Amino acid sequence: MLDTVIHVILLLVMPPLLIGVINKTKAWFGGRVGPPLLQLYYDIFKLMRKSMVLSDTTTWIFVAAPLVTLAAVLVAGLLVPLGHAHAPISFVGDLILFAYLFGLARFLTTAAALDTGSSFEGMGASREVTFACFSEPALFFAFLVLAKISGSLTLSDILRATVDVSVTASAPLILIAIGLFVVLLAENCRIPVDDPNTHLELTMIHEVMVLDHSGPLLGVILYAASLKLFVLGGVLLHIITPSYAAMRWFDWPLFMVQMVCLAAAVGVVESVMARLQMRHVPYLLVFALISCGFGFLLLIR
Amino acid sequence: MDNYLNGILVLVLVLNLLSLGTSRINTIIKAVSVQGALLGVIPFVVHQHLTLPAIIVAVMAIALKGVVIPLVMVHALREAQIKREIEPMIGLMPSIILGAVATAFSLLFASQLPLASEHVGKLLVPTAIATVFTGFIVLITRYKALTQVVGYLILENGIYIFGMLLIEAMPFIVELGVLLDLFVGIFVICIIANHINQAFSSMDTRRLVTLKE
Repeated sequence: MLDTVIHVILLLVMPPLLIGVINKTKAWFGGRVGPPLLQLYYDIFKLMRKSMVLSDTTTWIFVAAPLVTLAAVLVAGLLVPLGHAHAPISFVGDLILFAYLFGLARFLTTAAALDTGSSFEGMGASREVTFACFSEPALFFAFLVLAKISGSLTLSDILRATVDVSVTASAPLILIAIGLFVVLLAENCRIPVDDPNTHLELTMIHEVMVLDHSGPLLGVILYAASLKLFVLGGVLLHIITPSYAAMRWFDWPLFMVQMVCLAAAVGVVESVMARLQMRHVPYLLVFALISCGFGFLLLIR
Repeated sequence: MDNYLNGILVLVLVLNLLSLGTSRINTIIKAVSVQGALLGVIPFVVHQHLTLPAIIVAVMAIALKGVVIPLVMVHALREAQIKREIEPMIGLMPSIILGAVATAFSLLFASQLPLASEHVGKLLVPTAIATVFTGFIVLITRYKALTQVVGYLILENGIYIFGMLLIEAMPFIVELGVLLDLFVGIFVICIIANHINQAFSSMDTRRLVTLKE
C-alpha cells in the first residue's frame, strides 16, 4: 500500500524535474549556468494561472486532446512498475494497453493539430505519425523479448523478471536496451530526432503540433510530455539496472537517483549530438527496430 | 563468462549496423576502431587461464585496430579533405536492411551448423559471419576509397572473430602476422589514397578505372 502511494506521488511530482536535469546537463556542457532546476514547475504554475486564446476554427477536440493525452500517459504510468515495487494496476496483457495508451495520446495530439486547420501543424502531425510507425514496432519487439524471457504477459512481471535472468540472457537485453533508448529519445522528441527548444523551424515535430495551445492547455501539454519521459524511462531502467535490494527505504531513493542519472545521460546525448536531418531520422528508428528485432531473434533461434 | 562474451559480440553486431547506416566517414572509422578494441578484449573474457601469446595478440589487436589504424585513417581523411560518402551505390536505408537480413541469416544459419559443444551457446560464429557480410557490403557498395578500406577492416574483424574459435590451436605468430599485414596494408592504402587525391582531386573509385600507365 505504501509502495502504491509513493509510486503515485513520484509519478505526479517528479517528471518536470527530469527536464530540469536535462537542461542543467546541457548548460553544464555548454559552460552556461542554465535555467533553475525547477524551471518547468514554475512554467507550469505560471501557465495554469493564465487565460486561454482559442481559435475560431477549432472544435472540442482541440481542448480535449491535451487532457486526454495527460490522462492516457498517467494511466500508462500506473501500469509500469517503478523501482522494486509492483505497479498499482496490473493484469494479463496490460503491455498492449500500455503501448496503445501512448497510441491514443499520439492520435489525439495529432488530431488537435489538424483541428487548428494550419498547414504548418498538419506537417508536424504527419511527421509525428510517420516516426511513430517505426518506434511502435520497436517497443513491441522489446516487450516480446521480455515476455519470452519471463513467460508472462503482465507488465509488472515481465519488467521485474529481468532481475533474475539478467545473467543468462544478457545479449538480447543489451539489444533491446539500445533500441528502447532510441525509442525514448524519439517518443519524447529529444535531440537526435527533434529539438525541443527551437520554435521557428520547419523541421520540428512535437513543438509544431502544440503551437496554437496556450495557457493551462499548454501547461498540461508540457507536463504530459515530461510525464511521458518519466514513464518510458521507468521501463528502460528495469532493463539497464535490474538489481534492487528489496528494502523499501533504500530502493525508492535508488530509483530516483537512477532516474536522474538517465535524464543526465539524455542530456549528454543531446549535448554531443546535433539534430539529424529530417530524412535521416527513419534510419535511426529503423536501427532501433532492427536492434529490438535481433534481440527477439537471438532469443528464439 | 559467456554473458560478457555475448554482450561484447552483440555490441559488435550493433556497430556493424551503425557503420552501414552512417554517411560520415569519421563516424564509420570510429565505429570500426571501437569494434576492433572490443574484439581485442574477447581473449580476456573467453579463457580462464590466459597464456602469454594470447595476451600479446589481444594487446596488439587493441593497440593496432583500436588506436593506430584509426589514427592513420583519420590523418588520411584530413589530408584528403572529405567528410562524407555523398552517394553510396545503394542508399543507406537499403544497406542497413541488407545488413540486417545478412545478420538474421547468419544467426539462423549458425544454429544449423555442427559446432563443437563448447561453442554452441556463444555468439562467436554468427557474429563472425555477420561481420564478414557487413564488410562485403561496405566494400561493394561504397565509392570512396577510404570507406572501402574500412570495409576491408570490418571484413578482417570478422575473420579475427573466427580465429577466436581456434585461438588455442593456432600459433600466435599467424595472428600477429595477419595484424602486421593488415597494418602495413592500410598504411600503404592511406598513403596511396592521399596521392590519388592530390593527383586527381577525387577519391571516387568509379573514376579510377580510367587510370592508365
